[in-house]
Amino acid sequence: MTGKSGVAISPLVLDSIGVKFSTKQLEILLRIAILSSTCLLAFSVRLFSVLRYESVIHEFDPYFNYRATLVLANKGYYEFWNWFDHESWYPLGRIVGGTVYPGLMWTAANLYWLLQLVTLTASLREVCVLTAPLFAALTAMLGYALGAEIRDRQTGLLAAALLAICPGYISRSVAGSFDNEGVAIFALLLTFYFFIKAVNSGSIAWSVAASLAYFYMASAWGGYVFVINLVPLYVVVMLLSGRFSERLYIAYSVFYIMGMLLAMQIRFIGFQHVQSGEHSMAMVTFALLQVYMLLAWIKARIADPAKFRLVMRLIVAAAGALGMAALGAAVLTGKISPWTGRFYALLDPTFAKEHIPIIASVSEHQPTTWSSFFFDLHMLMLLVPTGVHFCFKRLTDANVFLILYAMCSFYFAGVMVRLMLVTAPAMVLLSSIAISAMLTTYCQQLRAPAAPAAKLVKSGGKSGGSAGNHLEGQREVAAGMTVGIFILLSFFVRHSTWVTAEAYSSPSIVLAAKQSDGSRMLFDDFREAYYWLRHNTPEDAKVMSWWDYGYQISVMANRTILVDNNTWNNTHIATVGRALCSSEEDAYYIMRGLDVDYVLVVFGGLTGFASDDINKFLWMVRIGAGVFPDIREADYLNQGEYRIDKEAPASFLNSLAYKLSFYRFGQIMTEHGKPTGFDRVRNVEIGNKDFELDYMEEAFTSANWIVRVYKVKDLDNRW
Amino acid sequence: MDLISEVAATLSKEYEKVPKKLKIIDVFLLFQLLTALVQVCYVGLVGTFPFNSFLAGFISCVGSFVLTVCLRIQCNFENKDFKDIHPERAFAEYTVGILLLHLVVITFVG
Repeated sequence: MTGKSGVAISPLVLDSIGVKFSTKQLEILLRIAILSSTCLLAFSVRLFSVLRYESVIHEFDPYFNYRATLVLANKGYYEFWNWFDHESWYPLGRIVGGTVYPGLMWTAANLYWLLQLVTLTASLREVCVLTAPLFAALTAMLGYALGAEIRDRQTGLLAAALLAICPGYISRSVAGSFDNEGVAIFALLLTFYFFIKAVNSGSIAWSVAASLAYFYMASAWGGYVFVINLVPLYVVVMLLSGRFSERLYIAYSVFYIMGMLLAMQIRFIGFQHVQSGEHSMAMVTFALLQVYMLLAWIKARIADPAKFRLVMRLIVAAAGALGMAALGAAVLTGKISPWTGRFYALLDPTFAKEHIPIIASVSEHQPTTWSSFFFDLHMLMLLVPTGVHFCFKRLTDANVFLILYAMCSFYFAGVMVRLMLVTAPAMVLLSSIAISAMLTTYCQQLRAPAAPAAKLVKSGGKSGGSAGNHLEGQREVAAGMTVGIFILLSFFVRHSTWVTAEAYSSPSIVLAAKQSDGSRMLFDDFREAYYWLRHNTPEDAKVMSWWDYGYQISVMANRTILVDNNTWNNTHIATVGRALCSSEEDAYYIMRGLDVDYVLVVFGGLTGFASDDINKFLWMVRIGAGVFPDIREADYLNQGEYRIDKEAPASFLNSLAYKLSFYRFGQIMTEHGKPTGFDRVRNVEIGNKDFELDYMEEAFTSANWIVRVYKVKDLDNRW
Repeated sequence: MDLISEVAATLSKEYEKVPKKLKIIDVFLLFQLLTALVQVCYVGLVGTFPFNSFLAGFISCVGSFVLTVCLRIQCNFENKDFKDIHPERAFAEYTVGILLLHLVVITFVG
């Protein structure tokens, strides 16, 4: 489409340097420039925490992933695949090889080996820290490819740019956040891209590529269940809306069979694709599609509709009976397992709080608030309905997929905050469709030659730009809207950058606070305590702490731990919870039974750090009460209220968690004008100030009292 | 009843119009279906241990069936959708699919 307006850049400039580009070449140049700067942008906007603090791995889960990658990179595939970890979940151990999603570790290890091969010897930690931003840049490229496939190249460019800075995606893919989602979203979009290409072209190669991408997705994240349910849902919707075509049959059949077979190679997934209720929809859709195809083929052969109806009824009845029989037998003999708790909680959000407190206690699993949506998506939320409208205006197979993806992921994002990440690409794509469609219309109107007022009535076919009626003031409206869209996009950029800098870039292993003179104070207590453990305790020492800190202790302190973030054994966690909420004597009995040498607690009362163990105490009680009926939550509350001052019940004031957190705190003056032992998080004076520990002794307290380590004393000499 | 025999007669008459190449593919499809059926009957008699071997064998049959059907669809000259896919290209993609399928099946059989 060579418009008569020709080159966008002033020909004078280019002529003066003796270069002559055609429009097509300029377009390619512009596209390459935009895409490369988008890649750079996606990478650099995620580097805030590396620049402000240091290149360190954040949070809790990434530490386990880092440990697993260490094993893979140093010892090789065989050792990793068969790794039994005896240093966590003491005394049970954990079969890591069979209970981990290896995709992330495999990716990081291969990047590391690739760099070693070209003698760019970066340390493994650096590679792990920067894996997520690298994949974010690649995801932005995928955003371009998807946009180009669904609509046109302009949409693709816009989608790439928006996806690079969308806060919903940045939240889980900053540098240092070495977690499954960083790689999984790339795999998700790759699967969708290949599948859409397969549906559009009907070629077997694209379907096989889609199944390979699905294999990567299944190896990377438990959220692959979303893919294996969304694609069959899409097929069913296409069948119901009369858009069945042989291309759809080829795409889905090959994708399902190859994808299912490949995904079963991962030990953690095992045979779930044929045995689990969560995956059964894909199989049913597969069978349905085969029957549909058979009927379509027969229909093309039989001219008489009455005869065809008879055949159809026969085949449908036979297939239905067979399917019902097989399904009934499988469900009754218990071969098909029902939906597991984690995914059932997505359908029924109140399920987890009543039945599985450990799922309900994770802050990422809480329902999303309205402000969270705005915080993560900003103006994209406003443009999504417009995007859906434009999709329906020009409905293609790919558009139907996008609409379905957006609606489903939007519902799930509303159920659980963590899933906001899955919906971000869909929202970005829909918004970019909206903006691109609007800008196309307005720019055409702006470029059309201005029709003089006299000819306005008859201007029907004359002006080349927008066909149809010219309204008065059309160019002004178009200009105004274009400027408006520009302002909207700038606000989005400003908001995203601010959100990334302020909210999503904290490493959470290092805390920062602003002092009264504006300078920044760093609290590095966690690492101080972990390295104290590493250097000052025997190598086979066992450390008991609440499960949040398990992974970090494993990596940084390199000691055996009792429970960690994997939370696969609820009874073991309940035992630890029981120990922490019993009195010192009862807890000593439990700790001796588990060979515990050191206990680690996190205490925020001196600094005002709010995520400490006293604030998590009620969850310890609830999880313990879920397994041990003699623990009652009411025993630790004063008339339903959780308090730590003198009004608190005695069973709480004598509990191990209380004593270990507030030992010697009663003599500390934290704020002027307040009594000693004033807790700065709960803002009250503590109830039990002067007590001694009988069975434990204080081993280490970090500089700001955030992490406290106690040694469990040996038994008394008996005489 | 006679309606069914009428339908059967119509179908067999229509089927004779199918070109010979496609009929050869259809025989291969029938073979794969029968192999799958034999495997299911065997599992019904003997039990599902080891499950991965049964799945590998069964999926190898079903997968080959699906891929062959796709090849047949793409090679059928009556299909307007697939004008720009040459039969050679369809066969090349089919080969890639079959190779990958059997590579994974051989690993999975155990």
